[in-house]
Amino acid sequence: MSQTQMQTTSMAATAAAPTLEVRDLQTHFFTRAGVVKAVDGVSFTVGRGKVLGLVGESGSGKTVTGFSILGLVDAPGRIVGGDILFHGQNLAKLKEEEMRQLRGNRIAMIFQDPMMTLNPVLRVDTQMIETVLAHTKVSKEEARQRARDTLGMVGIPSPDERLKSYPHQFSGGMRQRVAIAIALLHRPELIVADEPTTALDVTIQAQILAEVQKLCAETGTAMIWITHDLSVVAGLADDIAVMYAGRVVERGAVSEVLDQPLHPYTHGLIGSVPSRNKRGEKLRQIPGMTPSLLSLPPGCAFRTRCPRAQEDCARDPALSELMPGRLARCFHPHLAAQGSAVRGAAAEGNPA
Amino acid sequence: MAVYLLRRLLQSALVMLAMSVIVFIGVYAIGDPVEILISPDADQMERERAIKALGLDLPLWMQYLSFLGNALRGDLGRSFVFNEPALQLILQRMPATLELAFGAMFIALLIGLPLGLYAGLKPNSTGSKLVMAGSILGFSLPTFWVGLMLIMVFAVQLGWLPSTGRGPTVEVLGLRWSFLTWDGLRHLAMPALNLALFKISLVIRLTRAGVRETMLMDYVKFARAKGLSPARVTYVHVFKNILIPVVTVVGLELGSTIAFSVVTESVFAWPGMGKLIIDSINVLDRPVIVAYLMIIVLMFITINLLVDLAYSALDPRVRLENK
Amino acid sequence: MSASTAETAVPPAKAPKVETPFRRFVSEFCESKLALVGLIVFAIIVFIAVFAPFLSPQNPYDLAQLDIMDGRLEPGTRDGADTMTYWLGTDDQGRDMLSGIMYGLRISLMVGAGSAIIACAVGASLGLLAAYAGGRTDTVIMRLVDLQLSFPTILAALMILAFLGKGIFNVVIALVIVEWAYYARTVRGTALVERRREYIEAAQCLALPTRRVIFRHLLPNCLPPLIVVATMQIARAIALEATLSFLGLGVPITEPSLGLLISNGYEYMLSGKYWISFYPGIALLVTIVSINLVGDQMRDVLNPRLKK
Repeated sequence: MSQTQMQTTSMAATAAAPTLEVRDLQTHFFTRAGVVKAVDGVSFTVGRGKVLGLVGESGSGKTVTGFSILGLVDAPGRIVGGDILFHGQNLAKLKEEEMRQLRGNRIAMIFQDPMMTLNPVLRVDTQMIETVLAHTKVSKEEARQRARDTLGMVGIPSPDERLKSYPHQFSGGMRQRVAIAIALLHRPELIVADEPTTALDVTIQAQILAEVQKLCAETGTAMIWITHDLSVVAGLADDIAVMYAGRVVERGAVSEVLDQPLHPYTHGLIGSVPSRNKRGEKLRQIPGMTPSLLSLPPGCAFRTRCPRAQEDCARDPALSELMPGRLARCFHPHLAAQGSAVRGAAAEGNPA
Repeated sequence: MAVYLLRRLLQSALVMLAMSVIVFIGVYAIGDPVEILISPDADQMERERAIKALGLDLPLWMQYLSFLGNALRGDLGRSFVFNEPALQLILQRMPATLELAFGAMFIALLIGLPLGLYAGLKPNSTGSKLVMAGSILGFSLPTFWVGLMLIMVFAVQLGWLPSTGRGPTVEVLGLRWSFLTWDGLRHLAMPALNLALFKISLVIRLTRAGVRETMLMDYVKFARAKGLSPARVTYVHVFKNILIPVVTVVGLELGSTIAFSVVTESVFAWPGMGKLIIDSINVLDRPVIVAYLMIIVLMFITINLLVDLAYSALDPRVRLENK
Repeated sequence: MSASTAETAVPPAKAPKVETPFRRFVSEFCESKLALVGLIVFAIIVFIAVFAPFLSPQNPYDLAQLDIMDGRLEPGTRDGADTMTYWLGTDDQGRDMLSGIMYGLRISLMVGAGSAIIACAVGASLGLLAAYAGGRTDTVIMRLVDLQLSFPTILAALMILAFLGKGIFNVVIALVIVEWAYYARTVRGTALVERRREYIEAAQCLALPTRRVIFRHLLPNCLPPLIVVATMQIARAIALEATLSFLGLGVPITEPSLGLLISNGYEYMLSGKYWISFYPGIALLVTIVSINLVGDQMRDVLNPRLKK
């Protein structure tokens, strides 16, 4: 995918209302030990037929972001601020019943562990048909028909027999296909996929990725693919948003961000991925540990682990457009020497 | 499945045999029924005749073997007191006890499941805290005392319900049941509630723990993500998963309910097996004690087997493993 | 992580005091007001039971002090000689119920606690042995435990008393026989986990005597769940003793526990004289509830799985 193409689409997306636009989302958990700001000012957009890779370590708030979009944040958590605009409709302000009508219908979700997402005591057909009937008034027979067709679509052989099985009679990969089929039953406009391939074998992962990509392109479904695996994002996503400690620290087109990361955290993440090209080299790791969300340092949350941290990092950097179509939350980004007129570039002592 | 059943039946037979030895020795080694059954002013001849008639002069192992042989033919000896076959005595009283026990289980589920579900779904509400406090009370209250208090309030003070005894019965399938008549139900209400008390608390706790655990499961969140109505998530996805452990435990508790009916039957003068065994212990009516114990053990084994079968019917994962 | 949460959670506790496990246990225990009330009530009950001879208005077993003319008086009546008030009424012998309850508590607590302690000692030893020795010893002990637990306690106790006859000592024996298995199972479960830990290996490497390894190293680490079970079992033992006595198979008439007091009032209750059964029952109930409240909270505090 060429750079110009990327830019035009991201521009078009902002102009002609994207499928989903998240603006300054804040989801906090009010625990006994204090307020955990699991998501603290997250913004991104996903256009029709596009895949956004939401990347970060565990505990960075990416899953909570996904749950916030579907209105599935449970007590003691709560969306305390920001907008989630789905075709211009603010999901954060919707009533529970209105939200329920969207869930599984126009917005679907796929979970991480296929072993856990299907109810072990209900047959697959029950779990599929109930989803159809939750949103459309059709006969049970029609619902079964739709369930069978969708199972076939995600590549499950002899769907008629499979419908009558219980989840434990499927392998992990098959179960995830069933879960994906359930998500696709109503041809949703948006799918939030929370690490759906992490628990699977690499070969099955590749198959599912290819199929999902094809389905998105065919149906125009927008997708948020939550993962910690940069290599998956590289092959699948159009755009990427990197999260750290509840915030998006970098955003942009996948190819650009992976080629030339601006934020030191993204830089560190990419450096810590083993790859064939770097064989023999020592893997770099990000020093230190993910900070507890209860005791974040003031200012940039990453500064305690950041090799480029300076005095001014004690202030809070804003997510700003450092290059066209490239946003990062950093005073000292890794800019190429020719870097355009950018705030913070002056303070940059040693460009990468 | 057939192999599994056969193995279970064989195990059961072994347990029965072991229990029969323990019970027999336990009951026969201690206590002397001669003292109780034969009037003290009977002369030596009368005593010996009575001992011979009762088979008490034989060595213990002979007594056991003849007991075992007879038991296999369905003869568990004759009651010293009633001079009737012990088995028949107990079987006559069994419907009353079963009626009481099933009534209690029914009440326990009827009250316990909804309360437990509520307490599990809204763990921090005042109502569910009250329910949980109530369940501690239910565990703590001594059954017999609650029985007395029920009698005091509903029979003596308010006069709504009869204080003791079993009401009129109707014969169905050759057995006499009281729950089919209105007056019989009125007699059954208090004893059944009394016996249910402990089980209500148990069901509440099990259900609540199950709900709280299940609510955290991914498949519940996934069910919500599918846009199902809260009612469907609760009553189909959560409830069906909870039913498995609850049904198992309640089923297993049937045995102990029958055992604990000893207390309730004594309080309410309910003419069941429990009252019979207390009376028999007080006069050391050995054949009845032994027969009662053997029947209880048999019941336990049967219940365990049935519960396992029910369990596999409810939980598809178990079904597969047993095939 | 845990250090930082502790600091944010309890800022005033930053004082030089070191947070020992015991102090932590106490502070967590006190988080539940209900449990605290339970503990206080239980302490009062123990106090009353221990000092009953000094606290009670009369000695209920000194026949010289009883007047049959005072029989079955309602609560709050003055006695015939106008020297004292029967605040909780009298029983059929003209015995002051309040005094009777105080003395009854002594017997109930003694039997309950005594049997629980003996059962705990027996059960814990066997459980430790099963876990430590493993193999056939383990199998035999655990089969016995299974057998015991599969049989309803009330029936087992009834049978044992049927063989042994009445009496405080026999009741204690019966309670020990029906309860040891709970302790054995609990201790074995914990000990199986603990004995794989390094400190046991270390102790074994030092060639310490087996007895010492079991009781000085393994046992202390199995204590938390054991304490919880013991607390609950004391309550169960007291309730079971009361039930047996009510059925006429427990303590003898000369040493009436709460259960026997209740049983004595049974026949008078149908004629509306409720107090003879009612007040001993309340005393029994308060005792059991207070122990259960304490036990419940201890289980929550000591259960590592519920820790956040």
